[in-house]
Amino acid sequence: MLYTDTVALKTIVRKEVTRILRIWTQTLLPPLITQTLYFLIFGKFIGAQIASIQGVTYMSFIVPGLVMMAVIGSSYGNVVSSFFGAKFQRSIEEILVSPAPNWVILAGYVMGGVVRGAVVGALVFGISCFFTHPVIHNIWAVLFFMTVTAMLFSLGAFINGIFARNFDEVVFFQNFILTPLMYLGGVFYSIHSLPLFWQKASLFNPLVYMINGFRYGFYGFSDVHLAVCVAILVVLTVALTALSLWLLKKGIGIKN
Amino acid sequence: MNAIEIHGLVKTYRNGTKALKGVDLTIGEGDFFALLGANGAGKTTLIGILTGLVNKTAGTVKVFGCDIDKDFAGAKRMLGVVPQEFNFNMFENVQDIIVNQAGYFGVPSKTAIRDAEGILKMVGLWKKRCAMARTLSGGMKRRLMIARALIHHPKALILDEPTAGVDVELRLGMWDYLRQINSHGTTILLTTHYLEEVEQMCRNAAIIKDGQIVRNDAVPNLLPLEKLFLEIIKT
Repeated sequence: MLYTDTVALKTIVRKEVTRILRIWTQTLLPPLITQTLYFLIFGKFIGAQIASIQGVTYMSFIVPGLVMMAVIGSSYGNVVSSFFGAKFQRSIEEILVSPAPNWVILAGYVMGGVVRGAVVGALVFGISCFFTHPVIHNIWAVLFFMTVTAMLFSLGAFINGIFARNFDEVVFFQNFILTPLMYLGGVFYSIHSLPLFWQKASLFNPLVYMINGFRYGFYGFSDVHLAVCVAILVVLTVALTALSLWLLKKGIGIKN
Repeated sequence: MNAIEIHGLVKTYRNGTKALKGVDLTIGEGDFFALLGANGAGKTTLIGILTGLVNKTAGTVKVFGCDIDKDFAGAKRMLGVVPQEFNFNMFENVQDIIVNQAGYFGVPSKTAIRDAEGILKMVGLWKKRCAMARTLSGGMKRRLMIARALIHHPKALILDEPTAGVDVELRLGMWDYLRQINSHGTTILLTTHYLEEVEQMCRNAAIIKDGQIVRNDAVPNLLPLEKLFLEIIKT
């Protein structure tokens, strides 16, 4: 890696982090309010009437899922809005005319998404401590699933930003695909509580593996085998990285 | 050494439009060169290919001997670009825009902050360094784009209609900046619709029509430029 590439990468990440902090009322605050409401309504009011799941109170059970929801939404939202915004204002050309290689551009945006996802995830976890006492069974699993999931959704957002031609197309994937998958990914329930057909159908939802892998890090149990969760995440991340780099090389959506 | 060497450059867009049909062009180091042509003649496409914003269909392009097919990063390092339209983040301040641009070119922020002072003073934006880009006047935004293009000390500066829509006073001021930059050895490639600009500043010029260079000569040999230009675009 050239020194100039390192400087370019640092510049993109610094710009992204500065943006996150500059508009913190848009980037950091909303997920904290939303997740606090989830803790209150689902965890405290409704959860008090629900039996424990695998020996864990309902409030504690939903903590990993809610943290993961915040991580996914924040990392995705950061990259898609920042990248599409740069495309829309044409300030992406500042980077395209520079010698920064494609992998630096991609890594810079993805790292920005991971930073925001991790910060929001940590803050939501902090909030959960006011409602329950979540334990951490395996910190490495927690960090792995949080980081790789944030990377994966940052990559997805990058691809969305490349293809999007207007703001409608930016929010389409988030509203109509990502949000339903998140709610059906086992944030609020164990997929074992579903009828057999829906248990099988849930396995086609990649978020099931992320949320369950993350939940394993907290409580040591998961609806699906941990190795399968890791494998699916790694394969998807590699595939989306390759696709993003190919799109950048071809200039699809960003060059004339 | 030539600053820019272009041979057989072809660009066909996906919709079938042939923007460039085998352009050959050589610009010497230190030259102040004008590329003239009517709207849609292929000027911006040519600049886009040079700067990496447009993928070429065929042909070769070398920047100070550096082939863009072999080492585009090396070629880009030697170029500064002032595009036709404002393309910076309107929500960033002037200094951040300059320093970030330097960073993309691999210039560390400490060096960039130091160099930004001189460049911003030269274009008269030093007092505005903390102002958001969107608060600048049109002329200031144009000067910001020139400052941004110069921050990594390029050997060649490409300006795509830098004075379009700019008032006379500012245009004259920009001519002075450009002359000053060129006198320090920076090669300049300029596209413009103002023929007076070419006559006043450029040493050589080429006229592009329908994606082909139809005339390429020293400016004194092209005078009166307006008559020649009109003859060419009408035929």
